[in-house]
Amino acid sequence: MPGLNTTSTADISFMLLIFFLVTSSMDSDWGLPRQLPTPEDHTQEQEVVVKKRNALCLTLGANGALLCNGEPLEVADLTKRIEDFVANVHNDPNLPEMSKREVHLMGLCQVSDRHVIMIDVDSLASYDAYFQMQHAIVLGYNNLRNQLAQSRFGRPFAKCNAEQRDAINMVYPQRISEK
Amino acid sequence: MKRGVFRRHHSRELPGLNTAALPDLIFTVLFFFMIVTHMRDVDPQVRYQVPQGTELQKLNHKSSVSYIYIGRVTGAPVDSFYIQLNNKLATVDDIKAYVEQERSQMSSEDQPRMTVSIKADRDVPYGIISEVKQALQQSFALKINYSASKK
Repeated sequence: MPGLNTTSTADISFMLLIFFLVTSSMDSDWGLPRQLPTPEDHTQEQEVVVKKRNALCLTLGANGALLCNGEPLEVADLTKRIEDFVANVHNDPNLPEMSKREVHLMGLCQVSDRHVIMIDVDSLASYDAYFQMQHAIVLGYNNLRNQLAQSRFGRPFAKCNAEQRDAINMVYPQRISEK
Repeated sequence: MKRGVFRRHHSRELPGLNTAALPDLIFTVLFFFMIVTHMRDVDPQVRYQVPQGTELQKLNHKSSVSYIYIGRVTGAPVDSFYIQLNNKLATVDDIKAYVEQERSQMSSEDQPRMTVSIKADRDVPYGIISEVKQALQQSFALKINYSASKK
């Protein structure tokens, strides 16, 4: 008996392959992850009194102009401003208070857990302006965290394990409040 | 005489390439593609150009991600923006139902890490984004992601 002719199996599987190539997508989605506050916090309208030195008010106007504590600021300079504000290396009395805390893996160190970045965006401002502002803030935090990770653990923040990342996040927590 | 016999056995015709393993190869490639890709389930009806950044993170668990598209619609005025959920245009009020529906379709281990990725055009006014965020907050979809492209 002659063997079954399987020459066209290749063609059939090529068809299937092409079908899958066309209907599926391999695009990986990149983005800036954010966590929203729970709705309870919003309804209770808890008035937390924040000391002036602990707050950084960012206002984004309708034309995309950024005001930082009432003074105009370029988005490019915002990252540096955030770093200075959150870290407060020289214990400036005009910058946020630091508190001494026992942090796992790092021992007693200065923790910036009092600062608040308050964001107020005009509803006519463009999404791009808002995104670039958020991006600059995240970049500032990431720079600080990378510096700390490099000096403490000898590797960038992304390469640290979960325990080390938690410790670093405790020193520089992201405290952002949006209206 | 001996020489002649030898010649007769030597065939001058080249044997055809054996393609028996070709289907197996193609099937392997096919399975590879079936595993690494996911089916395109939404047809974007709005046009959008996401912002650019460098400090971006990759969205990992694809099965726990839902998408909200905000952008322009062809034919409509340039400064009017529309929200697309699934395959149809929607309003902010539909987001709550959409989130509920997406959540109910997820497996129980995906539900806690449900992420909503906002794919919005650069020029969308922040008012729309703000309304979307409030709707998401009300429906307890608290993990969001501002979709962007690498600079």
